[in-house]
Amino acid sequence: MNDHKDRSNSKQPQSCHPQEQHVKDNKKSSSRFWKELAKGIVISNPVFILTLGLCPVLAITNSITNALGMSAGVIFVLLCSNIMISSIRKAIPLMVRIPVFIVIIATFVTIFSLLFEAYFPPLHKSLGIYLPLIVVNCIILGRAEVFASKNSVVLSAADALGIGFGFTIALIMISFLRETLGTGSVEIFGRQLFKLPGLSVHPLTFFISPPGAFLIIGILLALFRWIGVIRSE
Amino acid sequence: MVIVNNMVLAKFLGLCPFFGVSKKLSNAFSMGIAVTLVMLIASVSTSVIYNYILVPYEVEFMNIVIYILVIASLVQIVELTIRRTNIILYNALGIYLPLITTNCAVLGITLINSAENYSILESTVSALGAGIGFTLVLIIMSGIREKLDLADSPKSMRGLPVAFITAALLALAFMGFSGMV
Repeated sequence: MNDHKDRSNSKQPQSCHPQEQHVKDNKKSSSRFWKELAKGIVISNPVFILTLGLCPVLAITNSITNALGMSAGVIFVLLCSNIMISSIRKAIPLMVRIPVFIVIIATFVTIFSLLFEAYFPPLHKSLGIYLPLIVVNCIILGRAEVFASKNSVVLSAADALGIGFGFTIALIMISFLRETLGTGSVEIFGRQLFKLPGLSVHPLTFFISPPGAFLIIGILLALFRWIGVIRSE
Repeated sequence: MVIVNNMVLAKFLGLCPFFGVSKKLSNAFSMGIAVTLVMLIASVSTSVIYNYILVPYEVEFMNIVIYILVIASLVQIVELTIRRTNIILYNALGIYLPLITTNCAVLGITLINSAENYSILESTVSALGAGIGFTLVLIIMSGIREKLDLADSPKSMRGLPVAFITAALLALAFMGFSGMV
C-alpha cells in the first residue's frame, strides 16, 4: 500500500503541469478523470500489481459466474464508499477515521448483500460468507485511506471505477483459466459458452480445488512480473 | 477445523498476514497466537450478541456492522493490554496488531458461527480450532520461506509468486487429511 501511495503522489505534479493550466478547467478535470480510471486498470491493478484483497480472489474464482457476482459487489461498495467518504472527508476527525470508514463500508456491504439476496438468491448462496467479507477487503479500506479521504468526489469515483474494473479483469482472467482447465467447459449464468472435447470428459479437477487456485495465481503473478521486467529493460 | 477445513489453505481466509508475516519464524508464532486470542474472544462475544440480542429482536441482517465494531474494539483492547504487560511482544508484532481488525479470518469465523447456528460453546471450539490451524500453517509456511529465500529461484518468481506455489503444494498436502474425519 505504501508503494502505491508514493506512486499516486508522484503522479500529481505531472497533471498539475504548467502547460495544462491554460487548458479549460473542464477539459482538464475530465482528462484527469480518465487518467485515474486507467491507472486502476493497468498500472496499479489491485490484484496482480498491488496484491491486495486476495482472499476473495482465490476463494470465488472457481467459476466465472461467481467472479462476476463478486466483482459487482466490490465495484458497488467501492464506488459508494469512495463517494461517501470523499464527500464527508472534511468532517471526519483524523483520530477516528478508520472506524468511520469501516462503518460506512459495512453499511454499503449490508445494503448490497440484502439486494443480492432478493434478486439473485442462487448466486448469493454460492458466494456465501465471502460476500459479507467484502467489509474487510484491503482494497476498499485502502482506497478510502489513500485516495478518497484526500481527493474530490469526481476523482474518487473515477478511482473506484478504475480499481473496480482492474479487480474484475483479474478475477475474470483467473476464473476463466480455472473453469476451463477444471471442468473443460465455460458457463455464464447457466448458459454454456463453449466446451472443449477432450477436457470435458476428463477434467483436471485439481484446478477447481483450493491448491489449484494458489498455483494459478502464483504463475500469473510471475508472468505479470516477467512482462514488467521485459518492459523496463 | 484445525487441519481438514483449514482457514488459510481450504477457505482462503487471512491470506494477507499469511503472506505478509510468514517471512520469519518467531514473528509468525506470535502473530498466530495474537490472532487465535482475538478470534476466541470475538467468537464468544459475537455469539452471545447473536443469540441474545440479534435473534430475539429479529435484526440478524445487522450482523456485519455489529461484528466488525466488536472486533475493532476488541483489537484495540488487546493492543492496549499487550502494550502495558509485554512491551517486547508489542514491538515485535508492530503494525500487524491493528491489522488483525481487517483480517478476514477473524470476521470470517464469526460469520461462519452464526451462519451455522452454532451455540456459544460450539463457536468457542470452532474458533479455537480455526486459530490453531491458522497458527500451524503460518509456522510451517514461515519455516519453508526462511529456506526458500536462500534458494536460487528465477528472477520473476522470487518473493510472492514462489510463495503462492509453495502454498499450493502445502494445500495439496493438507487435502490428504480430508478423508480422516
